[in-house]
Amino acid sequence: MNIIYLLLTVSVIVALVFFAAFIYAVKKGQYDDIYTPSIRMLFEDEIVKENPKEKPVITKKKH
Amino acid sequence: MTKCFHCGDDCNNITIEHQEKFFCCIGCKTVFDILADYDLAYYYDLENTPGISPKDIAGKYDFLDNVSIVEKLIEFSNESTQIVTFLIPSIHCSSCIWVLENLTKLNSAIKTSQVNFPEKTVRITYSTKEISMKDLVYLLCRIGYEPHISLSDSSKKEKYIDRSLIYKLGIAGFAFGNVMFLSFPEYFEVNEFWLDQFKNLFRWLMFAFSVPVVFYSGKDYFISGVKGLRSGILNIDIPIAIGISVLFVRSTVDIVMNWGTGFFDSLTGLIFFLLLGKFFQQKTYSYLSFERDYKSYFPIAVTRLIKRTKTAFFEEQAEVYKIKKGDRLLIRNNELIPVDGIIINGNALIDYSFVTGEAEPIMKGSGDKIFAGGKQLSGILEIEVLKSVEQSYLTQLWSNSIFSKDVSGIFQTLIDRISKRFTVGVLSIAFSATLFWLVYDPSKAFNVFTAVLIVACPCAIALATPFTLGNLLRIFGRNKLYLKEASVIEQIAKVDTVVFDKTGTLTTNKKSVITYEGIALTSEEESLLTSTLRASNHPLSRALYAILDKNDIHTLDEFEEEVGQGISSKLNHKSMKVGSYSFVDEGAKINVKSVSENNDKTAVHVSANNTYKGCYIFHNEYRDGVAKIFEVLGKSKSLIVLSGDNEGEKERLKSMLPNGTNLLFNQQPIDKLEFIKTLQKQGKTVMMVGDGLNDSGALIQSDVGIVISEDINVFSPACDGILAASKFKNLISFFNLSQKGVHIIKWSFLLSLCYNIIGISFAVTGHLMPVIAAILMPLSSISVVVFTTLATQYVSRGLN
Repeated sequence: MNIIYLLLTVSVIVALVFFAAFIYAVKKGQYDDIYTPSIRMLFEDEIVKENPKEKPVITKKKH
Repeated sequence: MTKCFHCGDDCNNITIEHQEKFFCCIGCKTVFDILADYDLAYYYDLENTPGISPKDIAGKYDFLDNVSIVEKLIEFSNESTQIVTFLIPSIHCSSCIWVLENLTKLNSAIKTSQVNFPEKTVRITYSTKEISMKDLVYLLCRIGYEPHISLSDSSKKEKYIDRSLIYKLGIAGFAFGNVMFLSFPEYFEVNEFWLDQFKNLFRWLMFAFSVPVVFYSGKDYFISGVKGLRSGILNIDIPIAIGISVLFVRSTVDIVMNWGTGFFDSLTGLIFFLLLGKFFQQKTYSYLSFERDYKSYFPIAVTRLIKRTKTAFFEEQAEVYKIKKGDRLLIRNNELIPVDGIIINGNALIDYSFVTGEAEPIMKGSGDKIFAGGKQLSGILEIEVLKSVEQSYLTQLWSNSIFSKDVSGIFQTLIDRISKRFTVGVLSIAFSATLFWLVYDPSKAFNVFTAVLIVACPCAIALATPFTLGNLLRIFGRNKLYLKEASVIEQIAKVDTVVFDKTGTLTTNKKSVITYEGIALTSEEESLLTSTLRASNHPLSRALYAILDKNDIHTLDEFEEEVGQGISSKLNHKSMKVGSYSFVDEGAKINVKSVSENNDKTAVHVSANNTYKGCYIFHNEYRDGVAKIFEVLGKSKSLIVLSGDNEGEKERLKSMLPNGTNLLFNQQPIDKLEFIKTLQKQGKTVMMVGDGLNDSGALIQSDVGIVISEDINVFSPACDGILAASKFKNLISFFNLSQKGVHIIKWSFLLSLCYNIIGISFAVTGHLMPVIAAILMPLSSISVVVFTTLATQYVSRGLN
């Protein structure tokens, strides 16, 4: 039954690893905006048209 | 009516057909073309008509050539890359997110772009060698996403996001779960061999998990409790702090002395639930800022004219903060005037709508004084600065001490009043029970004393308020009243005096009600009037033109518009003058009685062949339900109307509102603030309902400041809540709901008190087992949460 020491140690370590991952995610700001990613994941990779046209340069225009 | 494929507006005057699609203007078509050229037409597949019609911005962002201004805006910069975050108020749908995150396809110099939808910002990383910030802004403007750059950006502080509550909640939840597992075997106290073997290990593990919960997650309760004691208030955090410390000490003593397993499960659970309540209450509308001052309205830079020779000037983009008295400024069309000044050159048509709420622009000529905060609507203006930005008439209001004072947390909440009695009650029960046991059976005294304090810990009471108010906050938000924080609801319930601003609050921004007074016009005269007005661009002319019959329009022989005065026209030897009274009645000196009466009103006078005919009077259009609001609220509260305008509308307002409503006119911003202060000194709880920057002082001073907003995405002054104008008539329901919310809180106090009585009866008799505490605590918390959720849903059922 001494195996329970090992099991306990392992389980606590696993729990701590997940906990550390949570803290890391919060710290990195992953929970700051919880709305936009939910929409972003729904965007499909849009179909790229065949033989793209000559693209005009957009920023070189005179203002 | 066809709708624009890009922005969804009705195609009123022009309809452009292009690739079998219809557009309302060239701007919309151009955006469509740009997106189509760059294979970004998926934009239109995501949502119907997601676009925003781009505005004319020529010259508006020239200040981005100024390096020192650009430096204030950028977040990060190295030799080749810069990162900038723009606030884009027009972000509103998933298409917006998609197109803004695909900016890199429009210009390869843009490396990445990421949208934060709730905050309506986009963070762009770009290569400075290939694109300047000015070009980047123009690129955004060209696709209809004009960033909002204001004076407040120039004093940007390091952005700090407080995430400590999430950490605390995370730690408490983590420990709670683990402690539950570890304490589970001992709930069924069987004398089992292996259980006895590992008992100590389990207990010390639980102790280890509890330490960070008590000393980190729960530390706010100790801090707030001590603060309360220092200021002599027995707040709710004191019994909580006592509960937490007794739980921890008793449990530690239990395991050290090997008396039992302790109450670590209840301890971690208690803190976890309490923090959950705090978290739930913290609903923020991050894209609405409740702390704005004039800086969010004012531009960051303005064009300054520098004398080169006696007559020649050159233009320079200068920061608004660096503008001094005596400088010359160039104000372009649609630009905001950031300082008080005198007009040197040009004609001004100034829209003070977000200062005063008054929609009708004011005409000024050279030599006239103009105040900061107005928006120039007709062409280029040259002004000489009289006062720097901080000393200007409008901005001076912010130097009033009320703006630097922290007014939050002064008022005593319902829970503070209850917790006082509660704390006294619990402590007296604990001491008398201990006294009893000291006499009867001293060995049990310590047990009973701690057990009472543990079980009486007001977890459920502390949860009642955040869950009730948090729920109501969300319900209000769905009905377009956005509150700064949940405690505002409690304040609303207490309000006994409501002060309304008139223009823009009780009235809409449109002046669409027009009446005619004077000698009736013949049909010939009327057609001449229509033809005359058609050529004018003055807002009043446009409004009047819109209601007149347009069947019989002729080309005029002569037409002349005198800015600020009026228009004169000729057709077939018939002349007509339209405009201000002095302009129209120049030749004919007939003094019509109504004219003097109508002096205070917005009016357009008409004369034909030099004979004065009469005038069209523009009335403010009152919002739906104004009369009803005054009637219903007037029964229980005293109502006051404070207006910055003259008394022109007094009679009309009087006829609409119930007798006895107090009407005050000609109120300066500072007068409004002082007025609210006087009311509060008389012991009143005041709600201010306003809209413009001129109400800012009153909104801050009042106990509850609510801003009425036609478009909630447009900035509104600092306040406690923003109400969408379309929901103005719901104000009565919001008052009712707030009061019902307070009742719900009281009922849940009763409910949790029942649990406390049950728990205390276990405790005083010395029978509190850890398992009972572990059941009672979550049970009472959960039932209070369920009760408040159901009750708030029930009382608000009519609103949705």
